[in-house]
This record gives sequence, C-alpha cells and structure tokens, in this order.
Amino acid sequence: MKAFAALFAALDGTTRTTAKLAALAQYFRTAPEADRLWTIALLSGRRPKRSVNATELCTWAAEAAHLPLWLFEESYAIAGDLAETIALILPPPTTTTDRSLTETITLLTSLTGKPPEVRRAAILTAWSELAPTERFLFNKLLTGGFRMGVSQGLMTRALATATGVDEPTIAHRLMGDWSPLTTTFAALTAGSDDTGAGSRPYPFALAAQLEGTPDALGDPADWNAEWKWDGIRGQLVHRTGAFALWSRGEELVTDRFPEFAPLADFLPQGTVIDGEILAWGAGKPLPFAQLQPRIGRKTVPKKLLLDAPARLLAYDLLEEDGLDRRPLPYAQRRARLAALIDRLPPTLPLGLSPDIPFTDWAELTRLRTTSRSGMAEGLMLKRASSPYHLGRKRGDWWKWKIDPWSVDAVMIYAQSGHGRRANLFTDFTFALRDGNDLVPFTKAYSGLTDAEFAEITRWVGKNTLERFGPVRRVTPELVFEIAFEGIQASPRHKSGIALRFPRMARWRRDKGVDEIDTLDSLRALLNAAQG
Amino acid sequence: MAALLTFTDRGIYCPDGDFFIDPWRPVPRALITHGHSDHARRGHGQYLCTHQALPVIRHRLGDISASGIAYGETLRIGAVTVSFHPAGHVPGSAQIRVERGGEVWVVSGDYKTEADGLAEAFTPVPCHAFITECTFGLPVFRWQPQAQVMAEISAWWAANAALGRPSIIGAYSFGKAQRLMAGIAPQGPILTHGAVEETTAILRAQGYVLPATIRVTQGMDAKSHPTALVIAPPSALGSAWARRFHNADEAFASGWMALRGIRRRRALGTGFVVSDHADWDGLNSAIRATGAERVFVTHGYTTPFRRWLAEQGYDAGIVETAYGEEEEPAATTEATA
Repeated sequence: MKAFAALFAALDGTTRTTAKLAALAQYFRTAPEADRLWTIALLSGRRPKRSVNATELCTWAAEAAHLPLWLFEESYAIAGDLAETIALILPPPTTTTDRSLTETITLLTSLTGKPPEVRRAAILTAWSELAPTERFLFNKLLTGGFRMGVSQGLMTRALATATGVDEPTIAHRLMGDWSPLTTTFAALTAGSDDTGAGSRPYPFALAAQLEGTPDALGDPADWNAEWKWDGIRGQLVHRTGAFALWSRGEELVTDRFPEFAPLADFLPQGTVIDGEILAWGAGKPLPFAQLQPRIGRKTVPKKLLLDAPARLLAYDLLEEDGLDRRPLPYAQRRARLAALIDRLPPTLPLGLSPDIPFTDWAELTRLRTTSRSGMAEGLMLKRASSPYHLGRKRGDWWKWKIDPWSVDAVMIYAQSGHGRRANLFTDFTFALRDGNDLVPFTKAYSGLTDAEFAEITRWVGKNTLERFGPVRRVTPELVFEIAFEGIQASPRHKSGIALRFPRMARWRRDKGVDEIDTLDSLRALLNAAQG
Repeated sequence: MAALLTFTDRGIYCPDGDFFIDPWRPVPRALITHGHSDHARRGHGQYLCTHQALPVIRHRLGDISASGIAYGETLRIGAVTVSFHPAGHVPGSAQIRVERGGEVWVVSGDYKTEADGLAEAFTPVPCHAFITECTFGLPVFRWQPQAQVMAEISAWWAANAALGRPSIIGAYSFGKAQRLMAGIAPQGPILTHGAVEETTAILRAQGYVLPATIRVTQGMDAKSHPTALVIAPPSALGSAWARRFHNADEAFASGWMALRGIRRRRALGTGFVVSDHADWDGLNSAIRATGAERVFVTHGYTTPFRRWLAEQGYDAGIVETAYGEEEEPAATTEATA
C-alpha cells in the first residue's frame, strides 16, 4: 500500500495537471505489475467486491477509537467522507505492514462471506498496521468510490507516456468489463490497436454544449442535425461470440433490455452501433421516467416490457464487418448505418435516429423549438466530415438543448454536502405553494457558486428551525429559480410530480416567499408536457 | 449570591467586578484574552490585557484607553480577584482567572496546548468552572506534533525552490504567520504581505525572536524572488496581489486542512494542518487538567462536544457567543478570497 499511498499523496497534493501526469507515469513505470493493473482499475471506477458494509465499518471504527457511535456519526457528518472519518478518528497505528495494493485487495476479497467476527478482526488488524493515508485508501477500497482527481483522459495519457502505446489504443483497451482478475497489464497496454476482442466497446464520442446560435458554425451544408433524445446513451456490440449493450457509464446493460436479443440474429457479426435507448410507444419515445425502472433492477418484469418496450435509435456506426469505421467521415458512417438498418426486418426494435433536413440556421432554430412535441430535448449538430472522436473534442459535435422549464420555489430543508462540499450546506429541498401550505416537490444540489453556498451555509446556521440528523428545517425565506428538463406524474412524490435534472438556475434575492409559484402552475406544465 | 460569571448578550459578565470578558458589544470595562478581532473589538471604555498582547491590540484598535498586566499578576476588581495565564494561542494570549472567596472560574479565550516556541506556553489553571472554546471539538481533529508539520512545510518550500518557483502560504496575519516564520528551518528569503509584516514588526519590537522578513513591494515578483517563501493572509491567496508570483505553489496552513473536503473546496493542492487551537485530545486534556466540574463551551462544535463532556461526567453547558469568526472553515474566508 505504501507505493499506492505515495501516488495518492502526490496526486492529491497538487492541482497541476503536469505534476499529476508525471506522478502517474512514474508509478506506471515502477510499481509492481499487478499493482499497476489494480490502480488502473480503481481509477477507472472498477473496484473489488465489497466485503463489509458501511454500518459495520462505523461500528467497528467507533469501538476501535473508544468513541460512542453518535460521536462517530457527528464526525462523519462534518468530514463528509466515511473512509476519511475512520482514518482520522482511529488511534495511530501500532505496527506496520509491507502488504502491496494487490495483496491488500486479495485479503479483502477473501473476507467476502466470512462471519462478521472474522471480518471484524481482519479489518481491525489492518487498521492498526496502516499509516493515516494508507488507512484512508484502505477504507476507500472497502467503501468503494475512488476519486483521486484523475480523469480517465489523464490516466490514459499517463499510461501512454509510460508504455509508449498511443492514447486512442489505450483508451479503447480500457473500455468494457475487464477486471484485474481477468486480464494483465501487458494485455491492456501492449501491441497495436484492433477492433477489440469480445464485447469491448469503443470510447464514446461526446458533444460540447452549444451556447447561443449555430451561426458561427459556418455553412449549414457542412452539418447534419438530429434530435437530441432523452434516453440512455448505448453502444451495441455484436461480434463473434459476443452480443452486448453498454451504457455510456460503461455498464453492461444487455440483460435489462431483453427485447434487443433478436438483434443478434439479424445484425452481421463485427457490428458496433452507437445510439440512444428509449422507451417506445405509438411510434414515438416515451418519457425518460418510463425507462428508469429498468436501471435499478437485474431482471425486467413482463409488465414493464409490455408497457414501455425499449427501442434503440441508432446514430452512428463504429464498426462494420469487423473493421473500425471511426476514422471515416460522419456522412459516410451514416450512409453505411442507414443501409445496414434498411436491410433489417422493420419489426426489430432498432431504427435510425432520423436526420433533420434544413437549409439554413434560421430554419433549424425554428425546428429546435418543436423539440418537446417530438419528445426530444433539443438538437445535435454533427459536422459531416468529422471522424468519430475519442471522448469530448470541441468543434465537430454540438448539443443544442432547448431552454429548460423553470419555477420559483422556496427552500425548506438544507443538508450538508459530501466530499468537496463537506461542511457546506449544498443539498436543498424546495417547496411550492399549494393553498396555504408549502409542498416539497424537488431537491437540487447544483447551480450556485461556492460563494453563494458559503453565504447560504451561514444563513442556515442562523435560520434553523429543527434538526433531523444532518438535515435542517429552515425558515421558508430563500427563493430560487429551479430549472429542469422534464416533468412526469409520480405517485411516489408528495407533490405528485417528479422533475428531470432539477437544479438551481439562480438565487432570487429579489423575491420573497409570497412570490413563489404554485403547485397548480407545475401541474399545468405537466399537462402541457403530456398533451 | 449571584454567579461569579454570567452570560449576557454583550458578552461574559462578572457582576461582582462589573467587567466583561471579550465582549462583542461596547461596554465600559473589558478584559481581553487576546488580540484577534473576534475577541478584541472596538468601542469599549477601558481595556485590560497582558503586557504582551497590548501592542497588537493598540495597533488594531487605534486610540483606546488600555492597560497591561503581567502573566500571573493578581488584580482586585470590585469584590473579585483576576489574573491572566498563558493560553498558548498567539503571542500575549491569556486565559482569564476570576476568583471570589475561593471560588474560581476560568475563561479560556482561544488556546492551544502544544508549545509552539513563540507564544507563551499554555498552563492549566485549576478552577471550579471552565469556560472553554471547542473550535475543533470533534475526534477527527488530531494534530501531528509541530516539528513534524514544520518539517513538511520546509520540504515543500525546498521542493518548490528546487523547481525555481516561489511558495506562497496562507496564514492568519497575527499569530499563525509568525509561528510559521519562527518554526520553519531557514532556507531562503521570507517575503510578507503588508498585513503580516505590520504585526511581525510589532512583535519583533516586543522582543519575540523572529527571522528577517521582507515586505512585498512594487516590482517584487516570481522573477526577482524565485525561491522565496511568501507568507500572506488567506484572503490574499489567488488574489490579484498574489498574481505577481504567477508560477508559485500555493498552500494554506490551518487546522481545517485536516479535512480533505475543505482543502479541495479551496482548490488547493497543498494544505498544512497547523492550528492555533487545541485539537480533540488537547481540549480533553486541558479540561481534565483544570479539575473543573462545570464546563461551558463557547464556540466551535458546541453541541456534540457538550454532549461528550456530559457523558464524561461533567456538568456541561453551551454558551452562545460571537467568537469563532477569526478562523472559520473556508465558508467565511472564501468570501473575501
């Protein structure tokens, strides 16, 4: 753990990208191979199986520190990070260990399924052997969720620097469901690029947000437009022996969408399609909320398949006949994609995300305002000559979203944030007026500056009416404009309404609680959205 | 008989001596624990503090009617006897002891139990009732020995100097700044922001041993001083003032740096955990050492700390005060940064 802890300290101790890159590259050159592999896995969001749960950790840590559990929990609420809280409150280590990162993970994996007293003893022993930073990282292995301020792109660059393999190859190799248990460092980094073995997806190309109008993009003839769908970005991979659907978060979601299984019989092998997974009804997309029940579960009930069948609207062709087509111009990839889909039976749940013909930007600007009636959240603009980029490259792909809806609402609960936002009230619950009552209708966490959060934090301190653990009920006084992308009827919410992507568009210091919107006005938006 | 000390909306009050301790609204007579702005405020009729604290307080508050007292010296005020005892917080800082007929109450002001080599070292004062701060009254706050942290800061400075870039460290201009310059092994020029330099000059004139420092003036920048350590108030970090050292590495020295989230919120790579307040163990040992049965907590994590003390068998209460604005989490300092 020492080398890994030193890497972490180097990464955490700087905000300079060059310094982070150097520290990572150095580590990838010198650390034991197994540790390198695990480090890549951890930094790209893969983690060992959980062997203990958070409740056990809290209890054991409080015992080891001879502190009452409530005081541990108060400390956790302030520090905002379980792994850090435990690392800080435990007494100093009594001994040391030279166990490597990989050996530590092996130890943790071996604890899975063991009786609590065995796991407890092993964890307490490990805590007593580790220095504070190592202990923090050890706890992160236990709790999951590594965030070291290293983006996937930065890690890719560091690996490329350390191994001499080019970045696109590395980026592609890191995709998919590999695990340190099933691959080696050499397999991840050696050799030249290929289309990828088995079900491995390609890195998703990402669009940048277009601010203002597209006039600056030049000649409209150089551009293609499509609707921007509000579904799940997905990559469908069909190769010899492999049929897989990947989400944008590199999660394998094949089993959640059993209706796509017949595609394996019709799509040629060596085909990879990028598209949007949507719930589909009566020839058009259903609201995103209809897709949501699929996300959290392993098996999909029949009713859901009937009520909200999924459809993949394809927008790009990445691999064809086993050949990597990403370098081809977008227009050519689209033509090939269209031809491919044309050859398939029309009953399959796969369609082409249609091109929107337009002659000038003014016409497209008008079309954009009709997005909502087609269940889209705006437009995508793609340069006809552009390759399928690695990640987000500004200039060739733009998303041009419609303006969000908004309502003015009052804050009624505040909760402190976690991690970077620990000790700052950042998580708020908002209410609208319903007759004489205030009805909570949404939470929001983002959209304000750090200075505004700091100011609100001081305000919350002085205006707390009640405390429920980390949550404060506050005087209903601060008014915010809440922007959101979508609206849905929801029997699970007290207000009967669920919002999509709610956030604070601005703090309305000019408005008082008497001037907030009513629940009825939100219901009217809901009716308009459904009509 | 009235309580020896009472808690009013103007501050801690002694009815039998008719004086206030660290009041936050104007009063006729104020006993002041130390010169930080949340304890030594403007507008009082008469000020009393240690001889060592007086120069900084005069500098900060201007033309005031004030007198000094030696540590340990007793003074009769009305029906009570008062004395000042080292708090180890900053140079000149004191705990104030108030006695009446054998009953002793002590007001801690802000304090730190570890000796830092500059401030007069904390001494426990036996008492019946102890009014204590608890800025860092949670067990996640445990400081490393000062020598270790100073060595870390020295190593950071040396590493930056080797790369030919200045090191800027944010530290409160009275206390923390001088503690750093006195504690870090000398290895190059120490530059100071004007606010730091003024206080440093006053303390140096009082006889506190501080290394030579250079006030940053027009024309001084990363080119002229590529290996300097620059000490500036936290609010100067990332400001236009700091931009002259464009390639400098910035760090912040504060107890709050113990929490990773707070450090990251300030977008700082480097944070050194250096506090002028007692940590969790320091608070607990200081309270134990007074032998007090009654403990009042004034500012910091008062709610959990009071409960903890009650569970340890103390008769513990919370007193609402206006202290603690000097070293708030990033929340307040950030607004000015």
